Amino acid sequence: MFALLDVNNCYVSCERVFNPKLVGRPVIVLSNNDGCAVARSEEAKALGVKMGAPLFRLQDLIRRHGIVVLSSNYALYGDMSARLMALLADHTPQLEVYSIDEAFLGLQGDAASLQAEGEAIRDKVHRWLGLPVCLGIAPTKTLAKAANWGAKRGIAPARNGVGVFADPALQTMLLAQMPVGEVWGVGRKLAPRLQALGIDTALALREADPAWVQRRFGVGLKRTVLELRGVPCLELEVAPEPRQGIVVSRSFAELQSTEAALRSALVAYTVRAAEKLRRQSSVANALGVFVQTDHFRRGEPQYARSSVYTLAMPSQDSRHLIRVATAQLRRLYRPGFRYKRVGVMLLELSPAERGQGVLFAEAAPTSEALMRTLDAINRKMGRGTVGFAAERLRQGWQGRAAWRSPAYTTRWSDLPRVGAGPVRS
Amino acid sequence: MPMLLAAAMSASESCRQEQSRRLPLYSSRVPAGFPSPAEDHLGDTLDLHELLVERPAATFFVRVVGDSLLGIGVHDGDILVVDRSLQPTHGHIVIAVVDGEMTVKILSRRGGQVRLLAANPRYPDIVLAEGQQLEGWGVVTALVRQGLAKGVAR
Repeated sequence: MFALLDVNNCYVSCERVFNPKLVGRPVIVLSNNDGCAVARSEEAKALGVKMGAPLFRLQDLIRRHGIVVLSSNYALYGDMSARLMALLADHTPQLEVYSIDEAFLGLQGDAASLQAEGEAIRDKVHRWLGLPVCLGIAPTKTLAKAANWGAKRGIAPARNGVGVFADPALQTMLLAQMPVGEVWGVGRKLAPRLQALGIDTALALREADPAWVQRRFGVGLKRTVLELRGVPCLELEVAPEPRQGIVVSRSFAELQSTEAALRSALVAYTVRAAEKLRRQSSVANALGVFVQTDHFRRGEPQYARSSVYTLAMPSQDSRHLIRVATAQLRRLYRPGFRYKRVGVMLLELSPAERGQGVLFAEAAPTSEALMRTLDAINRKMGRGTVGFAAERLRQGWQGRAAWRSPAYTTRWSDLPRVGAGPVRS
Repeated sequence: MPMLLAAAMSASESCRQEQSRRLPLYSSRVPAGFPSPAEDHLGDTLDLHELLVERPAATFFVRVVGDSLLGIGVHDGDILVVDRSLQPTHGHIVIAVVDGEMTVKILSRRGGQVRLLAANPRYPDIVLAEGQQLEGWGVVTALVRQGLAKGVAR
């Protein structure tokens, strides 16, 4: 059996653990650059805040209902996610980390024992981390996703945030209530096409002829149909670490035209990527850079290029990687365009072996110690405390984050404060 | 060879530096003496985190603000190690949420009454009213105090 566990309104729930005042209030968390709502508390959903709604359209609602607005705090969400996944990995090695707030687990047993196990996991996550989760349990991954959808809505036999849909008759009743667009693997593009053909529920999709579905929509959706029928087509993908590539990229808050602006952003992203690389004890064998304009602005000249450069020596040295990245940017950059995005990719990663390559890399002996020191300082004092001049911190390219909460769990100066004083009441 | 080297050094384009491999003469130190008797123990160190944090996933650090627990040696500015996985019982130092604020107190459960005790005569205890839920956040397992190099004389 597969279980799909996810954290309810994950980002809002993480914020509430460390700021209990937010409990019971409408809260939204914004995307990078404070652009739009990417997480909403139940109270905010009830007020009509839609997923992805731009902040400027919400101003009126926010004022009227006193909605609490927060910038996204990925240091916090990432740490809480790592704790969650560690807890789950302790429970079973049959674990696939699917996203920051979702995981598939492989579980065994009859419906009653699965229900009990699901509730035990849910209680443990709540006690240890303060995060509310739901679990859907079913014979395939696609059905487990559907079961989770049912668990969130309390569709029988789901209770206490856990829904075991092992029995085909129960699956039928669940899928009959589920809009086809909610099915894992259908998505926004496919849903209207299916609806136009009269397939508007998950049940209707399950009943469609798999051969016809394959001819019309491809093998991917056929697999979805089979999975809805209880035929497992997708296996648990247990820990594909270390990662095969690291990409760091962000959209600019405002479009940028100069190479200098692109370069300082690129350097900052390369520093981030190199930090991640060292944290997982890997070296990169290749480095790619990409730039692109905003293709939504149809009236404007468009440009997008990328290049990948194979390093002579595998490296994890920020200075080295910055040199290679900026040199590539020099060749990719064209004046006369307004750029939306620049990014760096570290590719062909391999485990860093101690002493490897010392013979040919003249910088290597001091590099490792320097990078270690750099990482230690930034970990302790906060990201960006010590950096490279080319990063030009706090320039126009840097994202807005006007309402970011403290990095409660990853920075000493940001620890949650507990009162040991008079109780206000 | 020195010419080539110089050319590579002056090339501002790092990619070209990348392609012309410079080969330094040294590689590593060559051991030529008696091996250190401590060799087998290299890498053995004491890690405070290992000592203080039994369950990393459930353990959080918080900072004390105030002196209501001075009587049991908890000072303003101390860092507390909090394990959320432990079931709070009578006598535990706990982090609790009172009126939306995180507070640190001593948990007392006696005669069916739940109280949050201070350890400072200047602060009253909190008595939970009948039916009022105590919202526990975690149990304090250890305390870290820095800055003692400044001395403790008053």
